[in-house]
Amino acid sequence: MNEPVVSAAATFGQLVAILVAVLTSAALLTWAERRLLGLWQDRYGPNRVGPFGLLQPVADVIKLMMKEDFIPPAADKPVYLMAPIVVMSTGLIAFAVIPFAPGIGVADMSIGLLFFLAITGLTVYGIVLGGWASNSKYSLLGGLRGAAQMISYEVFLGLALMGVVLQAGSFDLRTIVEAQAGLWFVVPQILGFVLFLIAGVAELHRLPFDLPEAENELVAGFHTEYSSMKFGMFFVGEYVGMILTGAMATTLFLGGWLGPVLPPIVWFLLKTAVLVVFFVLLRAALPRPRYDQLMALGWKVLLPLALLNLVVTGGFVVAGAGGTA
Amino acid sequence: MTGMLKTGLLKTLGLVLLHSGHRRETVQYPEEKPYLPPRWRGRIVLSRDPDGEERCVACYLCAAACPVDCIALQKTEDETGRWYPEFFRINFSRCIFCGMCEEACPTYAIQLTPDFEMGEYDRRDLVYEKEDLLISGPGKYHDYSFWRVAGKAIGGKDKGEAVDEEPPVDTRRLMP
Repeated sequence: MNEPVVSAAATFGQLVAILVAVLTSAALLTWAERRLLGLWQDRYGPNRVGPFGLLQPVADVIKLMMKEDFIPPAADKPVYLMAPIVVMSTGLIAFAVIPFAPGIGVADMSIGLLFFLAITGLTVYGIVLGGWASNSKYSLLGGLRGAAQMISYEVFLGLALMGVVLQAGSFDLRTIVEAQAGLWFVVPQILGFVLFLIAGVAELHRLPFDLPEAENELVAGFHTEYSSMKFGMFFVGEYVGMILTGAMATTLFLGGWLGPVLPPIVWFLLKTAVLVVFFVLLRAALPRPRYDQLMALGWKVLLPLALLNLVVTGGFVVAGAGGTA
Repeated sequence: MTGMLKTGLLKTLGLVLLHSGHRRETVQYPEEKPYLPPRWRGRIVLSRDPDGEERCVACYLCAAACPVDCIALQKTEDETGRWYPEFFRINFSRCIFCGMCEEACPTYAIQLTPDFEMGEYDRRDLVYEKEDLLISGPGKYHDYSFWRVAGKAIGGKDKGEAVDEEPPVDTRRLMP
């Protein structure tokens, strides 16, 4: 048997397996989030469908499928249809570069981190176009807020990661993970880690930064006019994004698959799960800031901090390189 | 300011996380029944006096008091002169469980009970007739019997024979 065909088949198999695993975890995450919110609000959450309510996502999907697939008459139809596809697919494509464990992962790129930033940067199109094409005032306001918020926070999302790149000396995610064998980057790059988490939550437009959706002001923001599975795709995109941000933070700051005793993949999933639970905790605990506060925080506090972090890290790296040379 | 903001954030996160160990307030209803106090205003019943006879004397006060007109009845009399309802009908699809009928009732016949599980698939099944409403006991008032204290003569009890009742005065005599 010839080599390329076998390796292509193996890659394809992994691709399908990862896709299925990600979508299943995103579905389960909708259940887990509601149970966790219930726990922290002294109630149960969905516990009726199946054992512990585990089949709740199945019931939700059936319900969404049965719903009327409504397209507003005034909507810009092709763009309206495209928006949820963009949101969901960008989230899934970005998973291609995540190094789950040695030998597990779809694509190993020398510029994996740049690919991640580029693809997640496209998510904003789904939100802006969805908000614009719906031809509704709430959608438009949500879309505008989404555009401003995501572009503002993307600036220092990238900058916060550059400290890691400087320390590891590579954009390759596997090299970055292996560079953390001695010490996880969360220790020297604690500022970068915190900034990345804040920017990640803002990019996901999840609470407390869910201003593009802001139920009590904008009905449902950019996806007000969406129903049925088109709404479902926005929803899946959000939860896939949560897992993606958790996985990326694990890769860049928490040493990826590195860890004693347990197999590498278990360590990776464990660390990602902890971060995802933390995102849910943020939702349970924190109120939504006002829009101008969000913008002021992003541009006046977090961006200078990210730049400072980059300069200091750069200084240390240069000093270290000068010392060894 | 930023420092205060940060400590406030960490504090609220910690406090919410502490709720993981709290008892859940939810009552898991079909398996676990909630406690209903005895004066809960639920399903309406017609009670009987300690002798096991119907308490209702068909005075129509409950029907008059009902703000949604869900009570219908017809008065009739037995051979001893005792009043009772020929039919007594409550339409529970209209009833708002306000308890006005219970307050209006002069004989403690109509009472509201701690029971709300009366869902039906057919709206017509929510119309309760007298045999659906009558219970076998005296409900919340164990010893009260209207006919024992009422001044009206019925079979087996003449004027002046009720509890605490003076003998009737002959109005044609002028002597005190």
